[in-house]
Amino acid sequence: MDIKHVKDYIYWLYYQYLLITCSYVLEPWEQSMFHTITVTVFAMVVYTAYVFVPIHVRLAFEFFSQIFGGQPDSTVSIVN
Amino acid sequence: MERPGRAALGAQPRANGCGAAHGALRNGFVRGLPGTQINHVVHNGGLYKRPFNEAFEETPMLVAVLTYVGYGVLTLFGYLRDFMRQWKIEKCQNAIEREEQKDFVPLYQDFENFYTRNLYMRIRDSWNRPICSVPGAKVDMMERVSHDYNWTFTYTGKVIKGIINMGSYNYLGFAQNNGTCQQAAAKVLSQYGAGVCSSRQEMGNLDKHEELEKLVARFLGVESAMAYGMGFATNSMNIPALVGKGCLILSDELNHASLVLGARLSGATIRIFKHNNMQSLEKLLKDAIVHGQPRTRRPWKKILILVEGIYSMEGSIVRLPEVIALKKKYKSYLYLDEAHSIGALGPNGRGVVDYFGLNPEDVDVMMGTFTKSFGAAGGYIGGKKELIDYLRTYSHSAVYATSLSPPVVEQIITSMKCIMGEDGTTFGKECVQQLAENTRYFRRRLKEMGFIIYGNEDSPVVPLMLYMPAKIGAFGREMLKRNIGVVVVGFPATPIIESRARFCLSAAHTKEMLDTALKEINEVGDLLQLKYSRHRLVPLLDRPFDETTYEETED
Repeated sequence: MDIKHVKDYIYWLYYQYLLITCSYVLEPWEQSMFHTITVTVFAMVVYTAYVFVPIHVRLAFEFFSQIFGGQPDSTVSIVN
Repeated sequence: MERPGRAALGAQPRANGCGAAHGALRNGFVRGLPGTQINHVVHNGGLYKRPFNEAFEETPMLVAVLTYVGYGVLTLFGYLRDFMRQWKIEKCQNAIEREEQKDFVPLYQDFENFYTRNLYMRIRDSWNRPICSVPGAKVDMMERVSHDYNWTFTYTGKVIKGIINMGSYNYLGFAQNNGTCQQAAAKVLSQYGAGVCSSRQEMGNLDKHEELEKLVARFLGVESAMAYGMGFATNSMNIPALVGKGCLILSDELNHASLVLGARLSGATIRIFKHNNMQSLEKLLKDAIVHGQPRTRRPWKKILILVEGIYSMEGSIVRLPEVIALKKKYKSYLYLDEAHSIGALGPNGRGVVDYFGLNPEDVDVMMGTFTKSFGAAGGYIGGKKELIDYLRTYSHSAVYATSLSPPVVEQIITSMKCIMGEDGTTFGKECVQQLAENTRYFRRRLKEMGFIIYGNEDSPVVPLMLYMPAKIGAFGREMLKRNIGVVVVGFPATPIIESRARFCLSAAHTKEMLDTALKEINEVGDLLQLKYSRHRLVPLLDRPFDETTYEETED
């Protein structure tokens, strides 16, 4: 029963996607072409995010910790 | 006085009838007033004898963006298909220039043609559906299928029966194939025949026509009236007879094509004012009188204001009391097109003049059609006797058009007498009442469901906003699947992002039919996510009035 509910919801989402992008009125071959393009672009965006976002986050973290976190370190070392 | 006046008005939104001082708000647009979106401030409230609630909800930003995205996708695919047709990759089914016309002006390259070919063609099945019964409250439709994506249709031979008709302009329910009107028309048909085969000035002037014109004049409360065989031609042929070179026409921006055509044919200078915006109209009038004609600075011979009673795409009602006040103040003429409002508005069904309780003498030219409320065909012009006598001699459609068919005339006479109560029953009065009730009920329910509905609360034309191009087609198809016939409207009849479905209510609709229709609309609204409304009503006057329009129309 729950599976059916989820399936219905996914189908509804797909229908909304069809309507909003106007692929609802495209002919089948145009539709498959449009879906291919959308899926490719979306996959590439996700993959790019997956590859590059962690690196950038780490670099940013290091950069900011150098600016803000670096000073107390050195103060401590001088006191010692 | 000026500042506190504004603040008080903004803080306390009041309905019509408030005695808002003229000039307390310029342009009706509350500038620099943060936060409040609901401003039911109406100018000249004292002029109105009844509340005038008219609202146009703003398009939500997200919806507008998504609509443009949709058009973007369709345009890209349109270019792709055009490219393929050009290089003969696919069969070209649309009209193209012939080989010998190649070097002439291109015929099929403008945006309208691109739109027809690549956008309209995809959802064409929602329009021009043939029906095969009387277009009353319910209608039978011929089923058709397309095997080549709407380029051609074939009929399956089946008939879809009992579709609830929400699209016909059958306001008072006189489109019938039985009843008194039909009997009277049938009798006249057996007496006079169908065709007249001559124009009014020759052998085509029947006693029925004279009777009709006297009745129309009495119905409207004017001195004299004249009837024509075609509503569109009434406008487009009579305006050129009334005004000409050296005259000025002030036309509402949303006026019907027939008025626009008539104004252009007349050769007069045309200036457009914002839809139902009295500030814009007054500015144009003032400037026209102050500056006169361009270059020569001679005064205009005549200034004619063109307005409609009910605007068929917006469902709005003209602010007639204010228009008449302005007309009197600036001594111009008023041409009122009551195509949709005659029969459908007012306690006695006598149109927008009756609705506001005004004097018909104040409107110089009363034009209307018999096509809608009366369930017949043709149009009329009413006004002073001199005006009608002049038009009889000079109007093209009076001189050249074949006169009205006698059964049609009889249908008009019978239905009009019925509305006036001269047939000895109260049936006509009940129809007018029923229509007003149906209108209020249908509009209220749709609003409660959360749809964006345009127009005046008393207008039987109810536009429901769809916005996205795919939803136009989907709405038409889904409603037909549920046995309800609707009219969907898109570009070029509306601005490109404001596609809509338009319901026309009728006195023939019963409460059960309306409830069924509303239930299905609700369902389809949920399926297509059409409930855009955030209940932020922005009345017409609060739409920002662009000060620069006038400079653009100045020639």
